[in-house]
Amino acid sequence: MRTISHTLPWVIAVVLVLVAPHVFGSGFSISLLCRMAIAAVFALSFNMLMGQGGMMDFGHAVYLGLGGFLAMHVMRAADAGWWIPTPALPIVGAFGGVVAAGLGGLVVSRSTRTAFAMITMGLAEAIVALVLMLPRLFGGEEGINADRSGGPPIFGFDFGSPLEAYYVIAFWALAAAGLMFLFTRTPLGRLSNAVRDNAERVGFLGYNPGRVRYFVYMFSGLFAGLAGGLQAINDEIITSANIGSNAAGAVLLMTFIGGVGTFAGPVVGAVVVTLMQMALGTVTEAWQLYNGLIFIVMVLWAPGGISGIILAHAPLVRSGQARRLVPSYLTVLPGFVAALLGTIGLSENAYRLQSIRGGSPPGGSIFGIPSDPQTMTPWLVSLALTAVGLWLVARTAPRARAAWLEIAGGTQA
Amino acid sequence: MDQLLLILLNGLVYGLLLFMLSSGLTLIVGMMGVLNFAHASFYMLGAYVAFSISTLMNFWVALIVAPLVVGALGALVEQYGLRAVHKHGHLAELLFTFGLAMIIGEVIQLIWGRWPVAYRVPESLDFPLFSIGGTAYPAYRMFMMGVSLFMFVVLYATLARTRLGLVVRAALTHPDMVAMLGHNVPRVFTMVFAGGCALAGLAGVIAGNAYQTDPGMALALGAIVFAVVVMGGLGSISGALIASLIIGLVQTVSIGLDMKLSTALGRIGLHVDGITALSDVWDISINRAAPVVPFLLLVIILAINPRGLAGSRSS
Repeated sequence: MRTISHTLPWVIAVVLVLVAPHVFGSGFSISLLCRMAIAAVFALSFNMLMGQGGMMDFGHAVYLGLGGFLAMHVMRAADAGWWIPTPALPIVGAFGGVVAAGLGGLVVSRSTRTAFAMITMGLAEAIVALVLMLPRLFGGEEGINADRSGGPPIFGFDFGSPLEAYYVIAFWALAAAGLMFLFTRTPLGRLSNAVRDNAERVGFLGYNPGRVRYFVYMFSGLFAGLAGGLQAINDEIITSANIGSNAAGAVLLMTFIGGVGTFAGPVVGAVVVTLMQMALGTVTEAWQLYNGLIFIVMVLWAPGGISGIILAHAPLVRSGQARRLVPSYLTVLPGFVAALLGTIGLSENAYRLQSIRGGSPPGGSIFGIPSDPQTMTPWLVSLALTAVGLWLVARTAPRARAAWLEIAGGTQA
Repeated sequence: MDQLLLILLNGLVYGLLLFMLSSGLTLIVGMMGVLNFAHASFYMLGAYVAFSISTLMNFWVALIVAPLVVGALGALVEQYGLRAVHKHGHLAELLFTFGLAMIIGEVIQLIWGRWPVAYRVPESLDFPLFSIGGTAYPAYRMFMMGVSLFMFVVLYATLARTRLGLVVRAALTHPDMVAMLGHNVPRVFTMVFAGGCALAGLAGVIAGNAYQTDPGMALALGAIVFAVVVMGGLGSISGALIASLIIGLVQTVSIGLDMKLSTALGRIGLHVDGITALSDVWDISINRAAPVVPFLLLVIILAINPRGLAGSRSS
């Protein structure tokens, strides 16, 4: 029973990964799937530190970036005739990541919590600045590129086509996720949980918390570097933007939205955030603002992330009591939808107004409804929707929470 | 010699400006354990609010009002945001400020646009005060220095000589004990947070017109302020002052040096031109390396002492 409940998610994951490109076969979906897989590996490696080790690494993108740069240089060498098949590049990336994290860890692993977060950020800034200063090695602003089909073919595949690249990336993503899951079962993985919870006590038990942090940091860097190698294969270009604070912020967002408390949380976050980024990025300019708002709302009201919400309700669904929650949850819905629509209206109008000021033609529409930000009506409607929605949520949410507490408390007792 | 004096003066002005940001941040970090990612965003907000006020009225009104506006916003953020996430732990607080920084950055671009705004030095201060070796020194830089020093004295007097300062300093290390003694520690937290934000706002008011007011200014300075706070030691005002001045001076000096690294090393007797494998490194001119200097300093100091220059506790 135990083994089935442990292996079943992995079997489902493998099947999904194999089938997905044939169900969603367009070029856009395959590139989306590749991005999701890479983001998932990166977020999992990040959560080795944040969720399991209690270390907030604000410079984690450095290891993805450095691994990616190393893989890219090797890919160029393969283009020039070295015998290095493309599917082996993620190993090169992992090697770059682990070496870089081995050096960086010497500096950062001595501190904890807030100081750790700040030092990783400082280190990352220093490395980004250095990368930009060494154009011959890192290509300056433009980065470096190579051709993934230039390596030696394996069984007749040159990995140039998106589908072939997808299978390489998917294979490595699954392998990396499996290895990271096994890592949580090793003594070192367990010790990193203990260091997160009470480093002093771990010290008294005879382990060196600093050394535990150092090794976990190295492993995390290894998998981040592997993700960098995958990114090199997928994009065929690596730039300094892959190293910088934006990339580090994105992985934080994914991991947190997915949920730091479970192993699969970061994967969920990577999938959801990548999907939102690609989907919303094409329809709205306000993506960054929504990003921040979603993030704040999650931090305030759902600090366990999506997987936290699922975990809180799974036992209720299993025991069939979730149905009793539906009515009280439905009462929150109208207010929530109104507030959401109002916020979208305000932001979209604001962005529209800005581009009209910047010289684009006046007028505009939201969800097909004409909305001219230079008139008062859209603003008043949006503002009213937001205010009424928030008021409704404030009125109904306590009752929904009470209902959940009552039922959840009932099942536990 | 004159050149050196000029660089030193500029370094001092810049260092004191860094101190205005880092003093507030170090108090917030030291006291509440909140790594406030939005601190530099409040600095940016100060500059933009001051720009709007100074176009509507004048600079002097902005100098007083803008920091108050920013401080009030900080108080609201602490009261309704940070306090709500406090129960979820330090990580949630840190992530909250991270999201806040994103939102402030976007809202500023929405209101004031994506390009630099024309926030200018007031005409009454826009004249050369004196000249050093033929280079005129702007009076506004001296005014910046004056404001910074004035704030430093006020901050020092408040912390060292008033009852409030006593409570704040006690709450830095023993918040629970201070609460036991009957002080309203949450209110002290709100005041410190608001005060820190107001200081950051003031820094924005006086620096936004001397340098540049654009949506990237928070990101550019934020990381440096972080480096200063860690280098000085979390929660240490004197450490923050020393670190601010060191980074201010070192960075200004390195910006002023238009010399290849290999030449500079040659001056002190190290001839590295033969090692061609690293020629990329040797060809870096020192002024282009300036952005990396604060962080290299940080790494070196932390390698020597993980608690920074004057930190009493490591986290």
